Amino acid sequence: MIKDLGKWVDDRLPVSRFWNAHLAKYYVPHNFNFWYYFGSLLLVVFVLQIVTGIWLTMSYKPSAENAFASVEYIMRDVEWGWLLRYMHSTGASFFFIAVYLHIFRGMMYGSYKKPRELIWIFGVLILLVLMAEAFMGYLLPWGQMSYWGAQVIISLFSSVPVIGPDLALWVRGDYVVSDATLNRFFALHVIALPLVLLFLIGGHIMALHEVGSNNPDGVEIKENKDNTGKPVDGIPFHPYYTVKDLFGLGVFMFIFAVVLFYWPDGGGLFLEHPNFTPADPLKTPEHIAPVWYFAPHYAILRAIPDKFLGVVAMVAAILILFVLPWLDRNRTRSIRYRSTAFKVNLFAFAAAFIGLGYLGTQAPTALGTLASQILSAVYFGFFVAVFFISRRERTQPVPERLQ
Amino acid sequence: MIRITFLLCLIGLLAAPNAKAASSNYPLKDAEVDLGDKASLYRGAQTFMDSCASCHGAKMMRFGRIGDDLGLSEEQLAVLLPEELTKPGDVIETNMPAEYAQRTFGIVPPDLTLTARVNGGDWLYTYLTTFYADPDALWGVNNAVFPDVGMPHVLAAEQGLFQPVYETEGEGENAKRRLVGLESPERPGTLSEEEFEQKMRDLTAFMVYMAEPAALLRAHYGPYVLVFLFIFTLVMYLLKKEYWRDIKH
Amino acid sequence: MADSPSNPARRRFLTGAATAVGAVGVGFAAVPFLSSFQPSAKAQAAGAPVDMNIGKLAPGQMTTVAWRGKPVYVVNRTDRMLDSLSEIEDRLSDPHSKVASQQPEFATNLYRARKEHERYLVIVGLCTHLGCAPTYRPEVAPDDLGDDWRGGFFCPCHGSKFDLSGRVYKGVPAPTNLVVPQYVYITDEIIRVGGTEEDLA
Repeated sequence: MIKDLGKWVDDRLPVSRFWNAHLAKYYVPHNFNFWYYFGSLLLVVFVLQIVTGIWLTMSYKPSAENAFASVEYIMRDVEWGWLLRYMHSTGASFFFIAVYLHIFRGMMYGSYKKPRELIWIFGVLILLVLMAEAFMGYLLPWGQMSYWGAQVIISLFSSVPVIGPDLALWVRGDYVVSDATLNRFFALHVIALPLVLLFLIGGHIMALHEVGSNNPDGVEIKENKDNTGKPVDGIPFHPYYTVKDLFGLGVFMFIFAVVLFYWPDGGGLFLEHPNFTPADPLKTPEHIAPVWYFAPHYAILRAIPDKFLGVVAMVAAILILFVLPWLDRNRTRSIRYRSTAFKVNLFAFAAAFIGLGYLGTQAPTALGTLASQILSAVYFGFFVAVFFISRRERTQPVPERLQ
Repeated sequence: MIRITFLLCLIGLLAAPNAKAASSNYPLKDAEVDLGDKASLYRGAQTFMDSCASCHGAKMMRFGRIGDDLGLSEEQLAVLLPEELTKPGDVIETNMPAEYAQRTFGIVPPDLTLTARVNGGDWLYTYLTTFYADPDALWGVNNAVFPDVGMPHVLAAEQGLFQPVYETEGEGENAKRRLVGLESPERPGTLSEEEFEQKMRDLTAFMVYMAEPAALLRAHYGPYVLVFLFIFTLVMYLLKKEYWRDIKH
Repeated sequence: MADSPSNPARRRFLTGAATAVGAVGVGFAAVPFLSSFQPSAKAQAAGAPVDMNIGKLAPGQMTTVAWRGKPVYVVNRTDRMLDSLSEIEDRLSDPHSKVASQQPEFATNLYRARKEHERYLVIVGLCTHLGCAPTYRPEVAPDDLGDDWRGGFFCPCHGSKFDLSGRVYKGVPAPTNLVVPQYVYITDEIIRVGGTEEDLA
């Protein structure tokens, strides 16, 4: 009976074809390590943000007058509202933790290289939209940090030559960040950008499943097939990676729950303390720091003494990722077989990113600015160095099969 | 190894205390807040209603919630209600009209529901215990962690009035005096120092609770969730191991 | 890669265990999402019992108080009004308040009120047809309602009629008597609408 119904549906909708193409007969290298958990985890976090977000909109009021109180209403008066809100706020931070680790994985194992350039481009687009999504979401609680953070970031637009001031005005829809700004950010945050993200994630995964996954060895498993056409080093995603990712999900959720139940404000990083004061357009907090996941970019912005060039550098820090597949001219994918120069370069990049993140949360000092300048140089230097190192890099031989 | 270092860096970054605006350098005292001590919270709630709520509101806190969370009987809760007609569902509102406050104090006393979340319990406790005499200040008192505080020392009668100890820094025109300590008053208050500090600790604990009543729920549900997720993870680990027996390379 | 598991029973067991744990997890996770639909503390506070003083309510007069956003009518009935109640029972569809959902236990009597204060009618002023608020028509035999009208409530939306105990007439769209809410007398003059006997303890 159920089988008949299944067949009836299958004749009209490609359910089993989809299942096979993306799970049961989608062949994946068998040597994924720790770093390969983050892709599926990101999908879970995305769904979590969507679901908790939908629930939050049921009680949130997008107006300057009511927004702050409505968030506290969720935290106090709505049954389990505190959990929904903390899931969403903690989820935002974990989204970025996972995204940054996922990107770093791609850089370590050369997942951006031919034929996976488009996957990488989709990924960077996702990062860009995600940052916009997070930025707009951060305005919604309408606390002091929400307000002044938005004020500072939107002011950046005004540094664009000629059209700048009009552009900032257009984005805000008012002379200051106001009710109009909050309302449009709400619309963009809850529906427009999530839809864009959904399409980009779809493109990211479709492109991935077209060319197949890379792996820590950077060996192309499709080049080694048995007589039935299956890659000899490949295993079907389902059940092997579904069960493995479920285990990863368990670990992830455990850590997530520890933060959620015992450390929801993340020491002031996940929820900034001054944001528990309602927005006051007449009084700036003594120290404005962006949320931690924007801190590296903010540090780059502050490192450049010129306002417009600072903005250019900050934007460039993300946009430059788009061209990484073409800057890196070496064919060897995985860091395992690449030169020491490349390894040092990559880890210097990661360290600079973390260092900038730290500096971005701190109040500006002369020493801090100098450090930010050095680390910004290291950050951009990575891309320059990759271009030159990769040209005549002495790599180790890549094995034919997975190790 | 490199990976582990990387992760440690990441964790270190997350754990780095967020730079908080330092409005004064006076060292903060440990408030020793214990949200599990319901008696302390209840005493704090009474102090709040007696000494704070006449000027400050706490408009996001409902009396009934306090009763439920602290396990108060109806009689105990009734002690907190400012008027006979106050219902448990009501929020803590002040009787002082904003206009009157503006005229008398030059400022509308801020709502205190979330104060502990903005500044932290230790700051709050230190603030409550470090008012000192300052003839130049508006109310004749100043505060060690809140310079030029706009509030009189409401509990001066109980604490007595501390005298400041200054140290002069710099010379000539650049000389600046800096508060380095507080001296016990010549005329002591109606409470002993220990009694007063305990009272302020209770008040702080209540305000920390009030800023996030969900903290009690987090503490309650947290262990169950973690135990469940541990079991979930364990089962998934065994399942993964079972399936991966197939893979021999 | 082996095609069949070395120990099928173990695999079946672990798959079952994982499915069970997963299902339990989904069940737990659904609780906060579903419970958040319940009335919030704010809604509950707004829906809390309402006290009203009826000391100044003159005989024959009606007053309205909002409880949980609904109008609650309180009528101080005159002796003439109380007498009229038993006269018209044959024209009512539920004269003895048999439909239990329409009143608390204590109000299943002729006056649909608390025995010790039977003079006062306390009733939710929403027509049981489609929820309009009926108007109070205490007068006897007005032009529009006919000669046999002994006073009561008339719903302007679809013409449902109720008597002075909120009992519905036969042959009107409304199916049941008006709802008597839960209430108690705190004193002889103060009614707590929504209050229960526990409030008197």
